[in-house]
Amino acid sequence: MATTIAPARSSDLSNEEILRYSRHLIIPEVGIEGQRKLKAAKVLTIGAGGLGAPVGLYLAAAGVGAIGIVDFDVVDFTNLQRQVIHSTADVGRPKLDSARESLKAINPGVEIVGYETKLTSENALEIFRGYDLVVDGTDNFPTRYLVNDACVLSGIPNVYASIFRFEGQASVLALPDGPCYRCWYPEPPPPGLVPSCAEGGVLGVLPGLMGVIQATEAVKLITGIGEPLKNRVLLYDALRMRFRELKLRKNPECPVCGAHPTVTKLIDYQEFCGIRGEEAPAVAAAPGAEIGEVTAAALAKELAGAAPPFVLDVREPHEFQIGRIPGAVLIPLGELPKRLDELDRGADIVAQCRSGVRSLKAAKLLKEAGFPRVRNLAGGILAWSDQVDPSVPKY
Amino acid sequence: MAVKVYIPTPLRPFTGRQEAVEAEGRDVGEVLENVVRAHPQLRAHLFQPDGQLRSFVNVYRNDEDIRYTGSGQTPVTASDTLSIVPSIAGGSPACRC
Repeated sequence: MATTIAPARSSDLSNEEILRYSRHLIIPEVGIEGQRKLKAAKVLTIGAGGLGAPVGLYLAAAGVGAIGIVDFDVVDFTNLQRQVIHSTADVGRPKLDSARESLKAINPGVEIVGYETKLTSENALEIFRGYDLVVDGTDNFPTRYLVNDACVLSGIPNVYASIFRFEGQASVLALPDGPCYRCWYPEPPPPGLVPSCAEGGVLGVLPGLMGVIQATEAVKLITGIGEPLKNRVLLYDALRMRFRELKLRKNPECPVCGAHPTVTKLIDYQEFCGIRGEEAPAVAAAPGAEIGEVTAAALAKELAGAAPPFVLDVREPHEFQIGRIPGAVLIPLGELPKRLDELDRGADIVAQCRSGVRSLKAAKLLKEAGFPRVRNLAGGILAWSDQVDPSVPKY
Repeated sequence: MAVKVYIPTPLRPFTGRQEAVEAEGRDVGEVLENVVRAHPQLRAHLFQPDGQLRSFVNVYRNDEDIRYTGSGQTPVTASDTLSIVPSIAGGSPACRC
C-alpha cells in the first residue's frame, strides 16, 4: 500500500514545465497529478555535503517546488571528491551559495530557501515548520538526534541515510505509526567509541548512491507511489555490491515517538552524546597521568641532536605510505597493546599520529603499561608539515 | 553450531579485517561471547562493563532485531546469520584525528 505525505495543495504546470517533465508525465504512476504534487512540495535538506549534494540535484531536477538547505559551511578542497554539487571554482565559498547556483542552473523554477546557520535546539522547530519532508544528510550524532526529535515533534517524516567508508544505511523515519531514529538506536555512541578515526574516510561514490536513494524515497512519498522504506532499513555494502534489508520496529516505549513520550521538547544534544558512556575504552589514562607534549619544531631539533628520541608512529599503514617523519617506526594504534614488547622500555618515546589525538591515546596506553618516558607530538604529522617539512603531504 | 556473524566496517580492525567470522553458540549471547573471546578488542566496543550489549550497537538474527526476539537468549541455528549493525553518521571533522 502506498504511503503518501503529499500535501493537499497541488500546483498547476505551465506548458514549459509540461515539456521539461515530460518523461515523468508519461509514466502512468506519476502523470500530471504526480508532477503537480512535486511542484507543490517543500523539502528541507539538512546539509549540502556528501548526501545533500545528490539529494538537492535530483530533487531540483524532479521539480520539487521548494528546496530548503541548511548549511553554514564553506566549500573545502577535500569536499570535491564527493560533493558533486560544488565545483573547484567554489572552493572557499559558502556551500549554500554554491548549492543554490547549481540547483538553479538545473531548474530555475525551483525555489531555494537557504539557512546559513547551524541547526540547533533553538532554531530547528522554527526552520522545519511548513516543510513536508526533511532529508537528513548530516555527519554527526548530535545533529542526527536533533533532526530526529524535531521531525517527530513537528510531525514531519525524516528521510534518513548515513554512510561510513563503504557502507550505507537508509530508511524513512518518523512517518505516522512508523519508528523514529531513537526506536532504532536509543542512544548514541560516546565520543570515545565512535568509529575509529583511523578507519575514517569515505568512498566518494558512496554518498552519491545513498543520496539518490533518499531522493527516490522523497519523490515516492510526495507523489504517493510505491512502497517507502517504512519499518525497514536498507543496508548497502559497496565493496560486495550487496543490499540487505533489516526490519525496523516502532518502539512503543520510545521516549520521543512512543505512546507516553518523555521527550516533548528539544534537548541539549551535545550533552546527550557526550555524557553517555563514561565507560571509556581500555586506553583511558589513570587519574593524574599527564602526558608531556613536544612541538614538531622541538622534535626536529631533538632528532638532529645527540640523543634523538624514538618516534612511534601509530597511524595505519596506508597513512604511513602518504608521508612519514624520517626514522619513525610504525605500530598502528589497534595493534599496540599486543606489540609492546617490540618497544624499548628505557627509550625516550614520542608518540605521533596525524593530528595528535590517536598518539595521545597511545602515549597514555604506554604510560599505563609502565613506560617511564613517553611524550606526545602535538598536532601530529600535520604540525610537522607546517613547522618542519612542508614537502610532507597533509591529508 | 557455528553461526556466521557479519562484522561492520568500523569494527573490522579488531577482527583482523575480516568482514564475517564464525562462532559457536546455541543462542545469540553465546555466539557473541565466543566472538569477543576470539577477538578481545571487540569487547569494549560491543559490551558495557556490566556485560550488557551497548545501546548504539544493534544485533540482528537474519533480519530481526534481537531486542524483539529475546535479546541474548534468542536461539540460533546453523542457517542463521547474525549482523552487528552499529549506528553510523559519516565522519564529521570533529571525528578526525
